[in-house]
Amino acid sequence: MAILGALNPMLSVGLDGDNAWRLADYVKRGGYAALRRILEEKMSQGDVINEVKKSVLRGRGGAGFPTGLKWSFMPRSFPGDKYVVCNSDEGEPGTFKDRDILRYNPHSVIEGMAIAAYAMGAARGYNYIHGEVWEIYERFEEALAEARRAGFLGSNLLGSGFDFDLFAHHGYGAYICGEETALLESIEGKKGQPRFKPPFPASFGLYGKPTTINNTETFASIPYIMNLGGETYLEAGKANNGGTKLFSVSGHVNRPGNYEIPLGTPFATLLEMAGGMRGGRRLKACIPGGSSAPVVPAGPMLDCTMDYDSISKVGSMLGSGAVIVMDETTCMVKALERLSYFYYEESCGQCTPCREGTSWLYKVVHRIEHGKGRSDDLDLLASVTTNIMGRTICALGDAASMPVQSFIKHFHDEFAYHIEHRKCLVPVDVQRAGSGFFTATV
Amino acid sequence: MLTSESRARIDREIAKYPADQKQSAVMAALAIAQEEHGWLPSEAIEAVANYLGMAPIAAFEVASFYNMYDLKPVGKYKVSVCTNLPCMLSGGVDAGEYLKKKLGIGYNETTPDGLITLREGECMGACGDAPVMIVNNRRMCSWMNPEQIDKLLAELK
Repeated sequence: MAILGALNPMLSVGLDGDNAWRLADYVKRGGYAALRRILEEKMSQGDVINEVKKSVLRGRGGAGFPTGLKWSFMPRSFPGDKYVVCNSDEGEPGTFKDRDILRYNPHSVIEGMAIAAYAMGAARGYNYIHGEVWEIYERFEEALAEARRAGFLGSNLLGSGFDFDLFAHHGYGAYICGEETALLESIEGKKGQPRFKPPFPASFGLYGKPTTINNTETFASIPYIMNLGGETYLEAGKANNGGTKLFSVSGHVNRPGNYEIPLGTPFATLLEMAGGMRGGRRLKACIPGGSSAPVVPAGPMLDCTMDYDSISKVGSMLGSGAVIVMDETTCMVKALERLSYFYYEESCGQCTPCREGTSWLYKVVHRIEHGKGRSDDLDLLASVTTNIMGRTICALGDAASMPVQSFIKHFHDEFAYHIEHRKCLVPVDVQRAGSGFFTATV
Repeated sequence: MLTSESRARIDREIAKYPADQKQSAVMAALAIAQEEHGWLPSEAIEAVANYLGMAPIAAFEVASFYNMYDLKPVGKYKVSVCTNLPCMLSGGVDAGEYLKKKLGIGYNETTPDGLITLREGECMGACGDAPVMIVNNRRMCSWMNPEQIDKLLAELK
């Protein structure tokens, strides 16, 4: 089974069996009915966008921006080419939901993109799939071929006179391409370095043409919204947080995997669905929205519900819905060291504060972790983060800084102990036991 | 530097983009060239650039920016191990250490027989399957505990 568990699911209904991803299976469970109805009834573009607005679907890639509003930014009367682009460059540590959507339900993404293209008057689209999931990229190409053969893509869709074709573009190892303008540069065959905004993609996007970029899960939700109606979709979640969402649960739980739950479900319920804490150990902290989201200690996390507003109240972000669970065997300095290395490695190098700053963050956390921390290192880290944040073209610099600030804020004593005693508060053999790797043979 | 088969595959990629945007196919074309050669010698990058009608330096910029392109020769099999935080919590770092010990090499090194190159990778978007590793940029291997790693190594001949 694709999705390990669900409460009142939509996206993951009927995904059992090896052929769930095939067109025939998708159609059997109601697929392409929304697109067919829109085309047959010649629904107005404004009505489609209004339905999406009513659903209060918020971007599932991380920023949580209202999708209907984003679509309404596209110039309707623009005479030339327009594009819709799907962001399947899923590389945010902790996030692996789009992989399962594309693996088990690719036609929901294709149908969602076709509906989006109709609503915005675009004739061409691309799905940017990161290169690490090559089998998924190949499967998506097969799904595209199926859709084309059945008349759901190409010219004159289902005899309606509306043209839309969709292609898959693969990445090849660059986290930064998940940033929407870097992604566009990458499709254009360049280094993935983000563009200065404004102009925003809705006015100057792919090849300089109006473009809307949404996350895979966002597009996949569109057919369900059109079938159920925006209001019903909204009610499946909670006010201002419409619908269900996939959460990728990783780390110290018994059953890591994807879970679809209504927004507003308690974190404790999600944790229980994921089999609870590994080895029955205690929760220490959780990163609720992918590595770029601030870490939240166990106490406040256990009081949270999983939705944009509740997570934001405890000082973090729902982000992409990547829930990284850490138990008491975790050394928070080591955890931060690895995240800082990631941002240092993945900074595209375009803006000095990020290029140099991420290197400083990593090197300083590294020396604390390795018993060489200095007494003023925590102040130094704080100063580096404030000198990065808000001073770069894209959000990667902020994303690198927020873990540093939040780890030190919530686990200050652990960092101070490392610096003072030149060793970890959590014994190394305890950390090792936490991973579970060596419980087998070595 | 590009076989007719590679050219045919690149042509299929070019067809995905507007007629005046052949450069968009450069990422796919470089990946195809790398499959052909096992890595990306400068001559192959130049051949791709010429085929797409772009400046060789622009193709080189792309090849050097994205980390799945290999600008130096690698072993017959390149094994990239994810050690990022979610994988680390489930043994990603330990899996890397286990591989180093078994193969007698460190990261970015190749076994003396030229069979396996070991890499430390970044998040591969499969954290639920941790520890994960990718063989030759194509095959994702999930839940790589010591037993699974032994099985994989026995297979890579």
